[in-house]
Amino acid sequence: MARKNASTGVDRRKFLAGAAVAGAATAIPAVKRAKAADADTAAFVKRPSTAAAQAEMSGNVPASPGTLSGPPGSDFMVDVLRSLDVDFVFSNPASSCRGIHESIVNYGGNKKPEFITCMHEESAVAMTHGYYKVAGKPAAALCHGTVGLQHAAMAVYNAWCDRAASIVMVGNRADAATREPGVPTIHAVQDPGSLIRDFTKWDDNPQSLQHFGESMVRAYKIAMTPPHEPILMVLEEKLQESAMAKGEKPLTIPKLNLVAPPAGDPNAVREAARLLAMADNPVIVADRVARTPAGVKHLVDLAEALNAPVIDQLGRMNMPNNHHLYQLGGALIAQADVILGLELTDFWGTVNEMDDSAAGEQKLRIKPGTKLISIGVGDLYIRANYQDFERYQSVDVSIGADAEATLPMLTEYVKQAIPAERRAMVAARGEKARKGQAAARERMLQAAAANAWDASPISSSRFSAELWQQIKNQNWVLVSRDSSPSNWPHRLWNFDQHHQFIGGPGGAGIGYGLPAAVGASFAHHAADSSRLCVNIQNDGDSMYAPGALWTAAHHKIPMLTVMWNNRAYHQEIMHLQRMANWRQRDVTTAHVGTTIREPFVNYAKLAEALGHVGIGPVTDPKELGAALKRGIEAVKMGEPVLIDVVTQPR
Amino acid sequence: MRMPISAAALIIAGLMFGSSAAFAAQAAPQGDAVKGKANFERVGCYQCHGHQGQGGREGPRIADPVPLAWPALQAWVRTTSGDMPPYTPKVLSDAELIDIYAYLQSVPKAPDFKSIPLLSQQITAANVPAR
Repeated sequence: MARKNASTGVDRRKFLAGAAVAGAATAIPAVKRAKAADADTAAFVKRPSTAAAQAEMSGNVPASPGTLSGPPGSDFMVDVLRSLDVDFVFSNPASSCRGIHESIVNYGGNKKPEFITCMHEESAVAMTHGYYKVAGKPAAALCHGTVGLQHAAMAVYNAWCDRAASIVMVGNRADAATREPGVPTIHAVQDPGSLIRDFTKWDDNPQSLQHFGESMVRAYKIAMTPPHEPILMVLEEKLQESAMAKGEKPLTIPKLNLVAPPAGDPNAVREAARLLAMADNPVIVADRVARTPAGVKHLVDLAEALNAPVIDQLGRMNMPNNHHLYQLGGALIAQADVILGLELTDFWGTVNEMDDSAAGEQKLRIKPGTKLISIGVGDLYIRANYQDFERYQSVDVSIGADAEATLPMLTEYVKQAIPAERRAMVAARGEKARKGQAAARERMLQAAAANAWDASPISSSRFSAELWQQIKNQNWVLVSRDSSPSNWPHRLWNFDQHHQFIGGPGGAGIGYGLPAAVGASFAHHAADSSRLCVNIQNDGDSMYAPGALWTAAHHKIPMLTVMWNNRAYHQEIMHLQRMANWRQRDVTTAHVGTTIREPFVNYAKLAEALGHVGIGPVTDPKELGAALKRGIEAVKMGEPVLIDVVTQPR
Repeated sequence: MRMPISAAALIIAGLMFGSSAAFAAQAAPQGDAVKGKANFERVGCYQCHGHQGQGGREGPRIADPVPLAWPALQAWVRTTSGDMPPYTPKVLSDAELIDIYAYLQSVPKAPDFKSIPLLSQQITAANVPAR
């Protein structure tokens, strides 16, 4: 076998400088490729001594026996990730990823990207999910071949449904002749992407480092093009672990150019504006609208141009909740004559309702003749198998475009389309909403008082009011959804900045909440370490993978987790009881398999064992304020804290 | 674990319960509020309506005030076919339901929010512009 005795001469600084400055950049001095290996010499190689096989592949001669003759391919992979400004790789360590793991730590100095130790691949992907919604850019999750990706699958689906960009990477060794028998072969797969292809936007299995560089840049670009979605990149073990081949051509990292989000067709947008301008009761419904702070401003501008109420479906932080046009809940749908749906996942469910009854009755929630307008990217990209696209809803104007990018044009057209004779009516609509806001707020506050205010277990309104009292003067952010306490935070708190809320899991897969909150906190901590990250944590969700608490502690991410501990998979109690009701059988058995008791979980002790300050359980509402205050003081000292609060069901 | 209970229960039950408060004072069989509270927990009323009948995301307020007079409440519980599942006599006897009704009537009136500092100080929320 012919071999070339030469160093690759790879210079990491040149890689990076080339990628960052010139865009298409990184060069490896050309060397002649070795002749193809003889079949006889491509013998089985036993781990961990793969150097011989790698040398055969690359044509390099090791500097000393058992070592590589030059930089491994995974060093280049790290350079590619760095060129894409990937800050974190969330991962549970695995043999199929050992090459890039070592490169991140030693070649990259464990900075940009930093290896974040996770205790479950599902948690790792969920962390990238939460991270994306704060940082506005993807992080990477690195998964072991086959079993690791199987663990990760549910979290990938959540990110898919929630339109969250994530770089999922999986290790694999495709060549059966160079992998160990036993577990390494059990964990190898012919087509890694097939496992999650139905709910990733793109995947690839690069067969060379140049292929990897181009595909990773392409994947990043695809993930960050609306609809933002996760992608999968296979990291072939041979590419990771072999010394870089001395090819004729230098390796390059393509320059990244992101796609400008598509705005709507001007003619269609003008028709939408005409309908809205001529409506007596226009209603705007917003789901995942505001990708950036600008999206919040654009939505407010449109609402104020029309003086139309905005029903927030809480997919993102879309609009300040103390704005006089802000609405929580869909009651106004029934009165609307024109409904504008912005990035709705479920337009059908917005204008229809269906009982969860034995008969399963459906009925329309809107008046006959109500015009429907849709602006969103959901129609631009869809898959067949998983049903996250929801029921089909016919609309009058369907604009396949990014809502945030389209809103300025729509607002301008609306202003032009409102005839002079209707402007007084439009203004009066706004004044009525402004005057109604104060009365509505008093009704809301009385409802809070009447919501079992002094009860133990602690009520949802008391829980939320006590928490608000402690955080309202802090630089707070909510890194969770607030549906379990019946959206009381969105009724009682003032959400006025885009980064203060991240929406929910998307796919409603349980186990998202805790790791997504940790991932979001990583992003907040990097952006502004003074932010107080508050996680309202469902008890059942936390027990899927409580190791996420350890990740926060290990990486010194201070955050306040307040447990919404209703000691059950509460929704499932209701479902089980409903079945018994329909069948006229014993309803008192609904706790079987649905409650988390006998014994109760001591979350404070669990958290302490995982490196947190643990407080609680708190059962008396009069003690909650002091517990929260103590917890926040510890967070401000740099500690992650969990406060266990025993609560009413919802 | 995945399908949410529909919030439509709030709307349907609200329509059914909403205008009947005036009848709540109609004569009802005398029940035992203590037993009623136990029944309320045992048969799972609290799951949607909260431990004090205060309501929540899945079910409307049914105490303070009790929104239906006895005959209407009984009929509702027995025959509802919407998001709230029916409780037939096979799973909840008349006597047990009467006790639950007594419990709901015994729930004390909620305080005025203006007497609660945590809430009264929030009467005016700053209308902060978007940033």
